[in-house]
Amino acid sequence: MSLVESLPRLRGLRLPRADGLIPWIVPAAIVLVWQVACVTGFVPARVLPAPSDVALAGWKLLLSGELARNIWVSFWRASAGFLIGGGIGFAFGLANGLSRLSTRLTDTTLQMVRNIPHLALIPLVILWFGIDESAKLFLVALGVFFPIYLNTLHGIRTVDPQLIEMGRIYGMNDRELFRRVILPGALPSIFVGLRFALGIMWLTLIVAETIAASSGLGYMAMQAREFMQIDVVVLSILIYALLGKLADSASRALERLTLSWHPAFQKH
Amino acid sequence: MQEALRFRLPDAEPLDRADFIAQARRLRRASSAPSHGLALTIRGLRKSFGDHEVLRGIDLHVPAGQFVAVVGRSGCGKSTLLRLIAGLETIDAGTISFSEETRPEDVRVMFQEPRLLPWARVISNVEVGLGRDRTSSGGRERAEKALIEVGLGDKRAQWPSVLSGGQKQRVALARALVSDPRVLAFDEPLGALDALTRISMQRLLDRVWRDQAFTAILVTHDVSEAVALADRVLVIEDGRIAHDVNVDIPRPRERGSADLAALEGSILRHLLQTADSP
Repeated sequence: MSLVESLPRLRGLRLPRADGLIPWIVPAAIVLVWQVACVTGFVPARVLPAPSDVALAGWKLLLSGELARNIWVSFWRASAGFLIGGGIGFAFGLANGLSRLSTRLTDTTLQMVRNIPHLALIPLVILWFGIDESAKLFLVALGVFFPIYLNTLHGIRTVDPQLIEMGRIYGMNDRELFRRVILPGALPSIFVGLRFALGIMWLTLIVAETIAASSGLGYMAMQAREFMQIDVVVLSILIYALLGKLADSASRALERLTLSWHPAFQKH
Repeated sequence: MQEALRFRLPDAEPLDRADFIAQARRLRRASSAPSHGLALTIRGLRKSFGDHEVLRGIDLHVPAGQFVAVVGRSGCGKSTLLRLIAGLETIDAGTISFSEETRPEDVRVMFQEPRLLPWARVISNVEVGLGRDRTSSGGRERAEKALIEVGLGDKRAQWPSVLSGGQKQRVALARALVSDPRVLAFDEPLGALDALTRISMQRLLDRVWRDQAFTAILVTHDVSEAVALADRVLVIEDGRIAHDVNVDIPRPRERGSADLAALEGSILRHLLQTADSP
């Protein structure tokens, strides 16, 4: 058997497995360069510890249980804040998308509040809630509210009016029209809001936890800074990156599941 | 070009389907009354949008089961007439009445755009047409039958986005037919299709109208389409019926025949005359 003949088969065998690895080539290369730069002394350990040292620090914290506890606290804050803010945003988006009265009543107010950077409220929030859990939940909820609200509203407003007319002609009542025409039509836009909101969720949480917290990943990083544990600081940053990626993947999976009709999500 | 189309199209439909349809037709004739359609009477119909009076007194009687085509220049009010008949707009003055009490399922509209739900499979889109019978048993079978009737039985599990324009329009036709309507209004249903697809869709419309014997109202800007399909062609000008032409040409009509061409020519002359005289 010649080499040329065996090539197509090799391709067929290897490509599917390699496909999943392609996105990880660049991060792996960065880690490798980073490690080499640290080991050779090109980058001093006081500036940036080697990946192996970061991993070691992570392992120690994992053994002490501190890492898991802090991740859990941050994860809980993120998801609780997200559910509260996202839920309220979604509800307002639905109400204002469907009812003109509701829009006239609340939209102007919401647009005014939207233009305040929510992180500017931190001093006020600390005065109100101290460094309590509710302070973090409030900030995260406020942060995710707007992307979800705006995109839900936009999604509902831009549902094809011809489809709505069609639904009415074919005798759909309001509930059916919402379930079968309006909500599915708004879903792509709602998902855009969801992914924006996930980004804002982490951002808000990091800031809130580094400024005012006694637990969580941000707190862990700030405390490590006090003790000059630069490896732990880098570790927390990496974990944020990983959690962010995880949230994004989850929303993408949900998107694929619910938008399988959309040409952009069809496999060919 | 015309010649080539005429000779190639007849064998485009496979034989077994033609047999199936012929059989369905015999069954239907045996089971239902002579005309399933409803007669339609319009008196003094007027409609304005703002200051602009679109329809200025339309009087019209359409016998049950007739195929009426409405032609006219853009903005003459032909689409408005159809939307009023379908109950999509409110009437300013006058009346539109059917020969019997109608349920919403009895009057169906087909638009230029297919208006399919992109997030529903083809079969579910057809089921939308069942209206209030959607939840009743046997709905799925009726939808499948309607899909077979338009020749898309094998596409039931597809998403609309993978269908061609002509196929989407056939799904829309199946959706309109599935409730077994007695009046079917077409608003330029073939306007967005290419020439070949138009011709096969015209054949399909002609066939389902003969099978199901509903009253058909077709709004179109294509006079050749109007004379090929309709029993009667109405020409609307300035919001009034300017001409009412009977098409006494036996079916099946052969596209491009001298009779059809002569009639088409005379209707076009009417239209162009008023276009030129301001």
